[in-house]
Amino acid sequence: MSFDIGLTLLVLAVAAWTIAARETFVAVVGFVAYGLLLAFVWVRLAAPDVALTEAALGSGLTGGLLIGASSRLRRSQSPAAEEAPGVVLKAAAAVLSILVSAGLAAIVLLLPDPAPTLAPQAAASIAATGLGNPVTAVLMAYRAIDTLLEIVVLLLALVGIWSLAPDRDWGRRLDRRGSTDPVSVLTFVAQLLVPVGIIVGIHIFWVGSVAPGGEFQGATILATMWTLASMAGLVSAAAVTRRWLRLVLTIGPAVFLAIGLAGFALAGAFLAYPKSHAKLMILVIEIPVTLSIAATLALLVAGPPERARQ
Amino acid sequence: MTATLYGFCAAVLVGLGLFGLIVHPQPLRKILAFNLIGGGVFLLFGAVARRGAAAGFGGDPVPQALVITGLVVAFAATALAVALLLRLTGAARQAGLRSDG
Amino acid sequence: MPNSATSGGFLLVLAIVLPIAGALLSLALGGRHAERITLSLMPAGFAVALAIGASVWRTHHALQYFIGNWAPPLGVAFRADGLSAAMMIAAAVLVCGIGLFARSQFPSPRYAETRAPLAFWTLLLAVWGALNAVFVGGDLFNLYVALELLTFAAVPLVALDGRAETLAAALRYLLFALLGSILYLLGAVLLYGAYGTLDIVLLSDRIHAGPVASAAVSLMTAGLLAKAALFPFHLWLPPAHAGAPAPASALLSGLVVKAPFFLVVRLWFDVMTRLPEPAAAELLGALGAAAIIFGSVLALRQARLKLLIAYSTVAQIGYLFLMFPLAINPETGHPWSNAAWTGGVLQAISHAFAKAAMFMAAGLIAEALGHDRIASLSGIGRALPITVFAFALGGLSLMGLPPSGGFVAKAMLLTAAVAEGQWWWAVVVLAGGLLAGGYVFLVLARALADASEPVPPLVTISSGRQAIPVALALCAVLLGFVPLRPSELLQIGRPDLAIGGLR
Repeated sequence: MSFDIGLTLLVLAVAAWTIAARETFVAVVGFVAYGLLLAFVWVRLAAPDVALTEAALGSGLTGGLLIGASSRLRRSQSPAAEEAPGVVLKAAAAVLSILVSAGLAAIVLLLPDPAPTLAPQAAASIAATGLGNPVTAVLMAYRAIDTLLEIVVLLLALVGIWSLAPDRDWGRRLDRRGSTDPVSVLTFVAQLLVPVGIIVGIHIFWVGSVAPGGEFQGATILATMWTLASMAGLVSAAAVTRRWLRLVLTIGPAVFLAIGLAGFALAGAFLAYPKSHAKLMILVIEIPVTLSIAATLALLVAGPPERARQ
Repeated sequence: MTATLYGFCAAVLVGLGLFGLIVHPQPLRKILAFNLIGGGVFLLFGAVARRGAAAGFGGDPVPQALVITGLVVAFAATALAVALLLRLTGAARQAGLRSDG
Repeated sequence: MPNSATSGGFLLVLAIVLPIAGALLSLALGGRHAERITLSLMPAGFAVALAIGASVWRTHHALQYFIGNWAPPLGVAFRADGLSAAMMIAAAVLVCGIGLFARSQFPSPRYAETRAPLAFWTLLLAVWGALNAVFVGGDLFNLYVALELLTFAAVPLVALDGRAETLAAALRYLLFALLGSILYLLGAVLLYGAYGTLDIVLLSDRIHAGPVASAAVSLMTAGLLAKAALFPFHLWLPPAHAGAPAPASALLSGLVVKAPFFLVVRLWFDVMTRLPEPAAAELLGALGAAAIIFGSVLALRQARLKLLIAYSTVAQIGYLFLMFPLAINPETGHPWSNAAWTGGVLQAISHAFAKAAMFMAAGLIAEALGHDRIASLSGIGRALPITVFAFALGGLSLMGLPPSGGFVAKAMLLTAAVAEGQWWWAVVVLAGGLLAGGYVFLVLARALADASEPVPPLVTISSGRQAIPVALALCAVLLGFVPLRPSELLQIGRPDLAIGGLR
C-alpha cells in the first residue's frame, strides 16, 4: 500500500513538473518519464497488456514524436515570442482545476460497491474464442468492431498527415535526415538493438493470445525499431506513392474486413467466428494487422513527405 | 483500496492537465496537456477495471481493452496535431495560437 | 424493442463497411482511381440507406444487430430507429451531391498520383462511413471511436489547400474536437464504473438519478457541444468552414457538425429516458438561443461570403438545441413534445441541404470572380443566375419561409413553444428568422445589383456544375411539402413520445 502511495506521489510530481517546466523540451522529457511511471501503475492495477501498450506507445513512440517536434519548433521559433499567461488566468485555471479534480475524486468515492463488472461474462465466453488472454478476447472477439474501426482511424490519421505535404513534395522519399555517419554511436546501437527488438516485437505479438501482449504492443515495438533504424540511417524510407507501401498499410484492415464479412456465411453474423476455428481465424487476422499497424505507426511518426532540410 | 487510490491519482492528473491546457499558449504544450488529461481518463478506466476483478481475473478485461483502444486513438490524435503544428510553423514561421485554444 | 437481432440488421453493417472498404481501396489503388471508386460506391451506399429506411418503415420498429453475435453488455450492438434512417438517407443524398460537385475541383490525375484528389476522395468516404457509424451505433465507446474517425477525416479537409490560415483553423478545430472527445470519454468511464455497461438500451434501464449519472451526462454533453460548435464553443467553426474548399465546407456544415448533435439527442432521449432534466434542458435551449442571436448578428457583419455562411451555420445550430426544452417530457409527457422532436430533426436535415447548396454556390462565385467579398458581388447575378438562384432557395430554408423544410421545422418548434407556454423560445425563433432574412437579402441585393461596369468572370462555370447546388436546395424546398404534423417515420423506435400532437 505504501508502495502505491509513493508511486502515486511520484507520478503526480513528474506530471506537475511536465506542466510547470519552462522549456518545452524539458516538459517532453518529463512526459516520457511520466509515461514509464504510468506503466508501473498499470502493472499495479493488474493490467499488464495496458502497461505494455502505455510503455511502448503512450510513452515511447509518443515521446519520440514530441521530442522530434519540440526540437524542430525550437529551431524555427524565436525565443522571445512567448506570450506569458497573466496571473489572473493562472489563478482562475488553478481554481477550476482544483474543483474538477475534487469533483472527480468525490465521484470515485461514490462509485457503487460491489462494482459492476463484465469479468464473469468474459470468462464464461472465452472458451468459445479459443484464447487464453481475456483482453485479447475483448479486442478481437467481443468488441472486434471497435478494433476494426480503430485500425481504420489510424490509417485515416496517416492519410490526413500525408495530405499536409506540399503538392510538389508528394512523391518524395520520407527520409529527412542528412547523410549519416556509419560509425556513429547511434548507428552502432541501432545495429545491435533493432534485430533484437524485432524478435521481441514478434514474440510479444505471438504470445498475446494466451499471455499479456498482442498485436498492438508487438506492432508498436516493430514500429519503434523501424524508426530507430531509419534515424540511424540503416534503412532509407520509401515514398508514400509506392504501391507496395500502400498494400502493406491496407492489407491488415482488408483481411480483418474480409474475415468479418465471411463471418456472415460461416457463423451467421458480421465478425462472428465459427466455434471450432475461432482461434485460427483470429490469428489469420492478427498477422497482417500487426504488419499494417507497425507500418502505420512508423509512418505516423515519420510525418508528411517533404523536402530534406539542410 | 489501490483502485481508489489510483482513482484519486487519475482525478489529480485530469486537473493538472486541464491547468496546463488553459495556461500554456503554445500549441505543443497544449498537446502535452491533452495527453496528460487523456492519461488521467485512462487511469480512471483502470481503477474501474481493478474494482471489477472477478472470475479469476485481476481486473475487468473490458475497460482494459477500451484503454488500449483509447491509447492507440490518442496516439493518432497526437501525431495529426503535431504534423499540423509543424506544417503551420513552416508555413507561417510562427507557432502560437492568438487566442486561447 | 426486441432483445435480439432483427432481420435486415446486416444492412446496418453494410452502411458502414461499404464506405470504409472504399476508403481502403482508394488508398491501396492510388489517387488515380479514388474518384472512380467513390462515384461507383455512391449508388450502392444510397441504396443501403433507402433499404434501411424502407425496412424501418415497413416493420414499424427499429432495426437491431449484434456484432459477432455477442449480445450487449459484453458485445456491441447497432441500432437504427426512424431518426437514424432519416439521417442516413439525408447523408447519402448529400454525399452523392457533394461528390458530383467535387469532380471538377478534384479530378483524377492522368499520369502520376497527386496529393489533393487522393486525400479528398479517401477522406470523403471515411466521413461517410463515420457518419453512418454514428447514426447506427448502440454503444457509447463504439460511438467514441466513430466520432474520432469523423474528426480525423474532417480536420484535414479544412487544410486541403495548404494556406497558413486554413492550417491554423484546422489545428484549432482539432484541439476543440480533442477536448470534446476527452470530456465525452470521461463521462463514459463514469457511466461504466457505475452501471457496468456502455450499451445505450441497457444503460437506459440501469441508470438512476444521482451525482454520478448527472456528472457523466454533463461531461459528455459538454464534450459534444464543443464538437457541435454550440455557443460558447463556436469559435473554431467560422474560420474552419470558411477556409475549406467549397465541397468540404458543404460536407462540414451540412453533416459533420450534425453528428455530435445527434449523439446529444441519443444521450438525452435514449439513455436518460427515465430521468428527464428540465432545468438542464432549459440551459441547452438558452445556449441555443444565444447561438441564434450571436451567430446571426455576426453573420450580418461579415465582409466575406463564406464567412457569412459559416456564421449562419453557428446560428442555425442553435435552433437544433431549442428542441431540448421543448421535447423533454416531464412526468406525464406533453403531446406537443412530438412536434418539437419532428421540428428539431427536420431543421437538422433541411439545414444540411440548404447550407450545402449555399456553400457550393459561394464556391462557384468565388471561382468565377476570384474573390468572395460581398461588397464586390455586383453583377454576379447576371453572370451566374442559376448559382444565385440556388443561394436564394437555400436562404428560404434558413429564413423559415414557405415552401421549405426550414419553414416546417420552425413552424413545429413555434407551435410546441406556444402550446407549452414557453413563448420565449417562439420569440427567439422569430427573431432568428428575421436576422437570417437580413443576411440573406444582404447578399442577394448585392448579387442582383447591376455592376457599375460589367465584370467579366475570370472563369466560366458550366451549367452542369451550377445545377448541383440547385438540386440540393430543391431538396430543402421539397422537405417543405412534408405534412405539417409530427412525422410518423421519426416516431419509430420511440415508445416514450406520445403519438399525438398537431391535429
